[in-house]
Amino acid sequence: MGAKQKGWKDLELGCVVTEPGSAASTKTGEWRSTRPIRDNTKCIKCGACYIYCPEGCISEDDEGFFEADLYYCKGCGICAHECPRGVIEMVEEEEE
Amino acid sequence: MGLEGSFAIAEAVRMVNADVISAYPITPQTHIVERLAEMIADGELDAEFICVESEHSAMSACVGASAAGARVFTCSAGQGLELMHEVLYIPASMRLPVVAVAANRALSGPLSVWCDHSDAMALRDIGWIQIFAENNQQAFDLTVCAYRMAEDQDVLFPAMVHIDGFYLSHVTEDMELPAEADVADFIPDYEYPFVLDPAKPVSMGCYGPPFIYFEAKMAQNVAFEASKSKILEVWKVFKETFGRSYEPVETYRMEDARTALLTMGSISESAMLAIDELRSEGKAVGLIRLRLWRPFPFAELREAVKNLDCLLVLDRAISYGMGGPVCGEVKAALYDKRQDLAIVSYIAGIGGRDVTLDEFKYMINRGEEKAQLVTLGEELEPEIIGVRE
Repeated sequence: MGAKQKGWKDLELGCVVTEPGSAASTKTGEWRSTRPIRDNTKCIKCGACYIYCPEGCISEDDEGFFEADLYYCKGCGICAHECPRGVIEMVEEEEE
Repeated sequence: MGLEGSFAIAEAVRMVNADVISAYPITPQTHIVERLAEMIADGELDAEFICVESEHSAMSACVGASAAGARVFTCSAGQGLELMHEVLYIPASMRLPVVAVAANRALSGPLSVWCDHSDAMALRDIGWIQIFAENNQQAFDLTVCAYRMAEDQDVLFPAMVHIDGFYLSHVTEDMELPAEADVADFIPDYEYPFVLDPAKPVSMGCYGPPFIYFEAKMAQNVAFEASKSKILEVWKVFKETFGRSYEPVETYRMEDARTALLTMGSISESAMLAIDELRSEGKAVGLIRLRLWRPFPFAELREAVKNLDCLLVLDRAISYGMGGPVCGEVKAALYDKRQDLAIVSYIAGIGGRDVTLDEFKYMINRGEEKAQLVTLGEELEPEIIGVRE
């Protein structure tokens, strides 16, 4: 959401958005109650989590493993449910 | 020249040279769109007429066209305005200068095509500039003015002119049409601040999550309240150009009046006759007509009632379980400053019921008696005029 939020005087006429793609700066993952934790020792790099993620917030790293971007991840748990090897565990946000 | 109210409005839309018209026919608004469709077909008006399957779509088409920078027009009535209702909030929040005419009609049920202000009262909070006309000349003038108000770069809000269905839409009255060139000068071409431009892309009508929705509404409300000074400017220039004067609150024979009736719309002209007759009987009574309904003219209303002991408010709609909606707003507007003023509520003219001269005179005479009861602290229900037991 950025450090400084806009006040009402900062808005464009009619709340028009003048910066293309600026929705990406909005932190949509802030109301997540559980987050995915991975044990990559079990991961076969199949990409099922990446394919099923409804937010498109999972991406592949240089080694071929997958990670969710918690800026957008809403903690739905579909990745954990779909993972064929039980790599992903959903933990409560308040837990470490 | 003699002109039906609907045709007068169509002439106004033609003279301001609207680009896009989208409307769905509904009694008693039909003649307006019929005439506009005819003008376009005959080449008298160079505009797109977008035929749609509903009023919801008509307003949606107007929103899109206006966002692209077009000068647009639509009109509706009663049930049509209700079907349009959801979309009416959109041009207000997007700051699009859509202009519409509402041919006021009672709401179902029972099904009625006749006039009252139920439809208008259901639109109180849509965020549009809203103005009431009393006769065909005003219907023309105020439609023209609505464009200049809406398109002012410091305003950019939609504007709606309310005309009473049938009383204005279907009645031919003597009126004068200005020269087309004068109207064209009065309503110059305008450029919407965000015209479609691939080099400067914008997103309009976006989603507003909780972290920004409130700010968006605050900005809208502040800008809307500020539009009133521009509305006054438009009427000032209109008077200088065309000679006819409009005010947010207009008064009639108020010079020494201690009692006044407050009305909106065509009923005001009958009320004037009643005031004339009572004046000839020596009674110090006057008439207040609420011309500008939104933004609400608080200061002008307070000024108009400053010498009154008794104000009678005539509503042409019922807010079920609440009373007369205009009376409720008038009381709210005066509460802080004028708690000494006795305000009496009447409801009449529902569903096309005519209000007779005798009924107006009764309301005014009886109102003074009722005002004394109000002053003594009695709580009075709104009095319903002209309904059978």
